[in-house]
Amino acid sequence: MDIHEYQAKELFRAAGIPVPPGRVATTPDEARAIAEELGGSVVVKAQVHSGGRGKAGGVKLATSPDEAASHAEAILGMSIRGLEVKQVLVTVAEDIASEAYVGILVDRATQRPMFMVSAEGGVDIEEVAATNPDAIRKLRVDPRYGLLPHQAYGLANFLYTDPGQVKQATRIMAQLYNAFVENSCSMAEINPLIVTPNGEVKAIDAKVSIDESALFRLPEVEKLRDLDAEPPAETRAREAGLSFVKLDGNVGCCVNGAGLAMATMDLVKTYGGEPANFLDIGGSSNPDKVVAALEIITADPNVKAILFNIFGGITRCDDVARGIVEASNRIRIEPPIVIRLTGTNEAEALEILSEAGFSAFTGMDEVVQKAVDLAAQA
Amino acid sequence: MSIFIDDSTRLVVQGITGRDGSFHTSQMVEYGTHVVAGVTPGKGGQHFTAQNGTRIPIFNTVEEAVEQEGANTAAVYVPPAFAAGAVMEAADAGIAFVVAITEGIPVLDMTRAAQFVRDRGARLLGPNCPGAITPGVAKVGIIPGQITTPGPVGVVSRSGTLTYEAVAQLTAAGIGQTTCVGIGGDPVIGTDFIDTLRAFGEDPDTEAVVMIGEIGGTDEQEAAAWARENLEIPVVGFIAGQTAPPGRRMGHAGAIISGSSGTAEEKMKAFEENGIAVARRPVDIRDLVRECLGT
Repeated sequence: MDIHEYQAKELFRAAGIPVPPGRVATTPDEARAIAEELGGSVVVKAQVHSGGRGKAGGVKLATSPDEAASHAEAILGMSIRGLEVKQVLVTVAEDIASEAYVGILVDRATQRPMFMVSAEGGVDIEEVAATNPDAIRKLRVDPRYGLLPHQAYGLANFLYTDPGQVKQATRIMAQLYNAFVENSCSMAEINPLIVTPNGEVKAIDAKVSIDESALFRLPEVEKLRDLDAEPPAETRAREAGLSFVKLDGNVGCCVNGAGLAMATMDLVKTYGGEPANFLDIGGSSNPDKVVAALEIITADPNVKAILFNIFGGITRCDDVARGIVEASNRIRIEPPIVIRLTGTNEAEALEILSEAGFSAFTGMDEVVQKAVDLAAQA
Repeated sequence: MSIFIDDSTRLVVQGITGRDGSFHTSQMVEYGTHVVAGVTPGKGGQHFTAQNGTRIPIFNTVEEAVEQEGANTAAVYVPPAFAAGAVMEAADAGIAFVVAITEGIPVLDMTRAAQFVRDRGARLLGPNCPGAITPGVAKVGIIPGQITTPGPVGVVSRSGTLTYEAVAQLTAAGIGQTTCVGIGGDPVIGTDFIDTLRAFGEDPDTEAVVMIGEIGGTDEQEAAAWARENLEIPVVGFIAGQTAPPGRRMGHAGAIISGSSGTAEEKMKAFEENGIAVARRPVDIRDLVRECLGT
């Protein structure tokens, strides 16, 4: 789960990391009031779950409260990589002497939290990694012991030469690691970590992703979820216990299992079509889930054909068949549905479907070809 | 022969009285797996009765199941909040092979649990995996028994139902399997592709391997390079997620293209460069295996 910069900064602040003061505004008047309260120059920053905010014109410096209000007016409502800006962060503008990068993520290869730090901050770290890998220092933390003092010092010492700055950065490394673990992050990033002209080390940007699987024990963090930041269909899918990702094609896909769902999308493409979505109805079958899946798929006006690909293991084919029949009674489904069911309780499923006037396939290739053809004809 | 599980497997089911645990215990018993014990804290001394009438003793701890029933393998069906703890309990009790079926375990919990299991010299399979099956002998997990048949092909995969698809097609074509192994769809897992390929390489009966990967991470790329140097039997590969957009999690917690790394294209290229035959469609897996076996 991605959270906004202002929320990430709250988590950092709670961990003791120095962060410039600021608050979030949803109207130009609010932005003006916050700028007045903060005094001096402020930065108005679009709060969307996307990188490249600066390049898109979503980050602007204001030297007066009125200017802050006019920047907020321009930024609120703008679209950054398809996401509408609904909030801006108004925060004190810091003078910058130097910029560094500090990030932690879980390194899959070593299965450990991994720090990446670089004195080349304020830019895309992937680009630094590609062009100048020596400018990045990596440190894998043994989760049994956590970040040891000498390791935190070593990271800080790689970034700075001034002893005072090294000392401040050492503390920030430890605080960031604690925030990462306590909030079950999958990623936490300060870019840039700045030094001010008078030698203070501060985080002026913050990016945090939380491990979805850990949210059950982090109710306070769960509250940070911004439902406006995800498409309504994905909110609906999550609440129904479905995995759903919207795509741009016209073949709606409903599959059980993530691997099979991806392979089904790929096969749609192989046969000349384009998938409209990724949708995994999950393991335990329940007719209600199938109804929810069909509601979500049919809400997309691009969908011209709907493809079911079910390999019954734990999922029972008859449950899926019941869900399809129930959905067709409950909601209006315009696009044609083609169904492939095989495995557990396949015979019962075929009977339920044929009674309701649906026909079903047993092979994956033929059903995908059929769906692609129907979508092309529509 | 087979890998990881065979007739000597003595299974303890952790979470045997739960919804998934009880259902799949019956399935495993019916398949012929020696399910010797169950664990549910607070229900020690009771018995679990499988659908076919087999009575299985329940213990409060895995330690008791090991001491009294000689369990050597564990299947974890415990809910996500307690699953990492259950994995560590099993390893601490001396279980050699721990299979974690549970989906949705926090990743940081698993970084500790996976290390804990390794430190005790045990093997972890999963989490978020369908388990393993040695056709005709035993199964641990949730892979449907009826789609498999004994034979010379080893199957290893990050996915569940996609594996069933491939295995069912092999079986329908008369090509059997030594063992089918689901390593799981999470970013932090116990047994990886290389561990499984190594085991298949050491198994005298496995004549070819099917390796089914997906987007995210670099496990497939590393396994391909390893196989070129170390594996004498042929490998057929498939990667799911060619149409997946970057930065989006595709169901599995580990199935995500980060930046430009972990794409299907990159993985298929690594397969080809290392002599692994790449199936473009699931149905091609069967045909390529046939070619490998010369049948």
